[in-house]
Amino acid sequence: MIIGLDVGGTNTDAVLIGKDRILRQTKVPTDHSNLFESVWTGLDEITRDVPPESISRVVLSTTLTTNAIIEKKLAGTGMIVCSGPGIDPELFRTNDHYSCVSGSIDHRGREIQPIDPGEIRTLASRWRAEGLKQVGIVGKFSVRNPKQELEIKEIMGEGFDYIVLGHRLSGNLGFPRRIATAYLNASVHPIHRRFFDAVRDSLDKKGLQIPIYILKADGGTMNLESSMNYPGQTILSGPAASVMGALPFASENEETLVLDIGGTSTDMAVLIRRTPLLDPVGIEISGHKTLIRSLKTLSIGLGGDSALRLVDGELRIGPDRQGPPMAYGGPAPTPTDALIVLGEVSGGDDRASFTGLKSLADQLGTSIEQAADRILNQVCRKILETATQMITGINSKPVYTVHEVLEDHQVKPQEVLVLGGPAPAFAARFAAMTGFQVRVVPQWRVANAIGAALAKNTCEVTVFADTERGVAVAPEEDFSQSVRRDFDKQGAVKLAFDLLRKKCIKQGASELEVEMEVLEDLQFNMVRGFYTTGRNIRVKVQVKPGLIPEYREIAKTLFDDHSIPGTA
Amino acid sequence: MIQTKAKTGLVFFPAFDWAISATHPEREERLLYTQDQVFEEGLLDVEGIVEYKPDLATVEDIQRVHFCFPDERRVITESHLISAGGAKKIGIEVMEKRIERGFALVRPPGHHAMRVVHGARGFCNINIEAIMIEYLRNHYAVDRVAIVDTDCHHGDGTQDIYWHDPDTLFISVHQDGRTLYPGSGSYDEMGGPTAVGSTVNIPLPPRTSEEGFLYVLDKVILPILADFKPDLIVNSAGQDNHYTDPITNMCFSAQGYAELTSRLRPHIAVLEGGYSIEGALPYVNVGIIMALAGMDYSKVKEPDYHPEKTRQSIDSTRYIEKLTAVLMETWEKSAEVRDKHRASLRFAKRERNIFYDTDQIYESQRENLRVCPDCSGVLAIHSDTDRGKQIHAVHIPRKACKACQELGYEWFDSSRARQYDGVFLQDRPRDQYVVKELNNK
Repeated sequence: MIIGLDVGGTNTDAVLIGKDRILRQTKVPTDHSNLFESVWTGLDEITRDVPPESISRVVLSTTLTTNAIIEKKLAGTGMIVCSGPGIDPELFRTNDHYSCVSGSIDHRGREIQPIDPGEIRTLASRWRAEGLKQVGIVGKFSVRNPKQELEIKEIMGEGFDYIVLGHRLSGNLGFPRRIATAYLNASVHPIHRRFFDAVRDSLDKKGLQIPIYILKADGGTMNLESSMNYPGQTILSGPAASVMGALPFASENEETLVLDIGGTSTDMAVLIRRTPLLDPVGIEISGHKTLIRSLKTLSIGLGGDSALRLVDGELRIGPDRQGPPMAYGGPAPTPTDALIVLGEVSGGDDRASFTGLKSLADQLGTSIEQAADRILNQVCRKILETATQMITGINSKPVYTVHEVLEDHQVKPQEVLVLGGPAPAFAARFAAMTGFQVRVVPQWRVANAIGAALAKNTCEVTVFADTERGVAVAPEEDFSQSVRRDFDKQGAVKLAFDLLRKKCIKQGASELEVEMEVLEDLQFNMVRGFYTTGRNIRVKVQVKPGLIPEYREIAKTLFDDHSIPGTA
Repeated sequence: MIQTKAKTGLVFFPAFDWAISATHPEREERLLYTQDQVFEEGLLDVEGIVEYKPDLATVEDIQRVHFCFPDERRVITESHLISAGGAKKIGIEVMEKRIERGFALVRPPGHHAMRVVHGARGFCNINIEAIMIEYLRNHYAVDRVAIVDTDCHHGDGTQDIYWHDPDTLFISVHQDGRTLYPGSGSYDEMGGPTAVGSTVNIPLPPRTSEEGFLYVLDKVILPILADFKPDLIVNSAGQDNHYTDPITNMCFSAQGYAELTSRLRPHIAVLEGGYSIEGALPYVNVGIIMALAGMDYSKVKEPDYHPEKTRQSIDSTRYIEKLTAVLMETWEKSAEVRDKHRASLRFAKRERNIFYDTDQIYESQRENLRVCPDCSGVLAIHSDTDRGKQIHAVHIPRKACKACQELGYEWFDSSRARQYDGVFLQDRPRDQYVVKELNNK
């Protein structure tokens, strides 16, 4: 049996999945002031009376780090930034303890200016005295040569709980993003560690020594130990859970738009022939642009519980949620109340919904039903507009070869998969408004938790080789080796695959999960004077997001509509 | 949060799968390190910098500018259409006011491509700036355009295309042609009889540094631009004046290019040459982008930048001061000279030999221009190559008077097709390009 648990903005969902069916599901309200309680209640309920040895894994997707960033509850962190010429690095300042120091590496990875050890020692003793426990060290072009980041770490010495180096976080270029990524990893580290140590301990106490996996923003999983090294990867994993839950139902030869309509927000993503589209650079959160690998998702503050109000005679929906729908005792009318008024969903106290919508309808000068209809159409229109913008953005992504320009693949989803609380009611409206084939993900209420449970490991490795300098580096893997003149693209791909396999297994993947593919393989002849002096090779390989092989074939039947014990 | 002063568009097209030949300066690797630097600096994340996909230029776009023989498709590759399309995309975004300024960081370049194209010259097949400008003139209210070419090589292609156009000011700053390809661009090349003054050449001595470039910018280029009052300023932003460039001899720097861009304030910059792909391009391009956007570029410097080591000689400074005086005097008299030509000439002929160094073609051209009192005059070109090809081409300019339009058609109609391998008419007022049906010779 396996367990998936997804903490959402409104509810925390958990499922227990057996060999061929969902055995149990549970839904508890998310308590943002005590997330541990929400997670623990979910786990406790779902594992009650289950023999511990029969559970082979639990995958958790939480909002812990996401919320810490949004609410700015970040731990004190010292940032050391090594820039060299270019944009003034002061402009990338992340926090108070942010120091730009000497040292510089150029685009080929050559050291241009050495670091100043005295400067680092001074910082280290000052920060130790101030009690800073987390440190981020980031150099420009450190992914081409991590030498200076490593030297700085060495000089920093003991006395810090967590030191993160920029080149380990991503093989991609982007100095400002590398700074932000290091800062977020370091500043969420203590809260992440405390939280999951507590989860681990509590499970142990219950005698449940289950392997714990954490869901990442890219829709993949990693084991708990790996998440302790790079907790930043857990930021914004919520949308990924839903996308993975929708995956089994997407067409194998088409492009799919996934809409997850929650209480507070709606998340959207795109699948290309059942593979989620990844963001080309990394997540953005609370003004931080990062290199954290992630699915391409977009979230808008519009959901079943969004507050409805009139502003200057115009109907406004969200972006805030003031509480549950009025039918469930909330203070303001919501789209869910509109669905109740129209009889498209049932539940709660429908009189409260009518009362709530009546005052809106009166001000709009329409009947209650007309007002409800208008509200729901407006919600759907806004969601579709946003989805269209996202797809336009995806299609306008620049490409850098003649071949790609002429090919010019345009993403044009032909089907929509809807999940989340009010999915069926909205699906019907989307179908009426568009020419798309719109389907509801079966078990739409807990598809997110199922997605988390079934997600397999994902990884990426970047190899950069410069045969003129005679080096090949894989910055994230702490790997560097000298290469001969005849080292080429094939050699680099092989090297990258070897490193990727090791990384996957280290992150807790089974051999079966390691399905590797090449994302990028570029080789340039380096010509100086009129002679070829070397090769500049860039290779990026990955294990793409998907479902764990054991469940891939039967994933669809898992969702079959048999009755599932649990509080739906 | 970094914010630009001017919203700036960027088309970045490094053509990673296109080269003239494996070890040619114009090869796949050329913009590799520039891309690394631009990505690593995070410029594409800056609020106010937007990256666009290049458009694909069309055959019609080329036909507004060039006479291609045997035809457009056979003198270009797809990469040229993307490069020209990249410039065009930036032009459109500027005209639509979605951006204030833009930079087409594209390859292959174009400023050595002349009006008649038999092949590639100086790594250029079609003139990407001219293709953009003529597209904009057709689709937007753009009339007067200034092109400031800061490539180290004389922009002889652009000069040729606009030689007879008084509404296009072409200013080229370059290493003196007596010391560098293509050899032209002397200070006394000032434009055709009806467009005297709208071509300005500023040939600088080898080893000219920041001081000299910024001096002619302040004393020649900016004053002439102020007089000319263009609707649009285009910078042919070649970067081979850099002190590390392997095929030129100048001493300009990333700081210098950024400062020049900042003072020139072009609406559109288009990359031309520049072959110091590691030591110059990454820094110069970052400097230009930041200067266009109005960001602080004071820390953008090459790792080996020591301005005192590359400073120009006192002799060069004196020479440049004298040249400046001559150029400004010429500029002030140009209207007078134009009027004199109009009063004294009916037709003007020009004969030239043109060498296509990249494709090894020798062309000889005879031009005949009607020196019209009412417009810039209809132009006929007779072109022969050493490959035994002869073409006859008639260009009716954008603002041609009725008489010149009629004469253009007369020339085209009376041109005996059997005598030529190609007979072409470029009718700019009607935006038409006509190829005469040929009988076998």
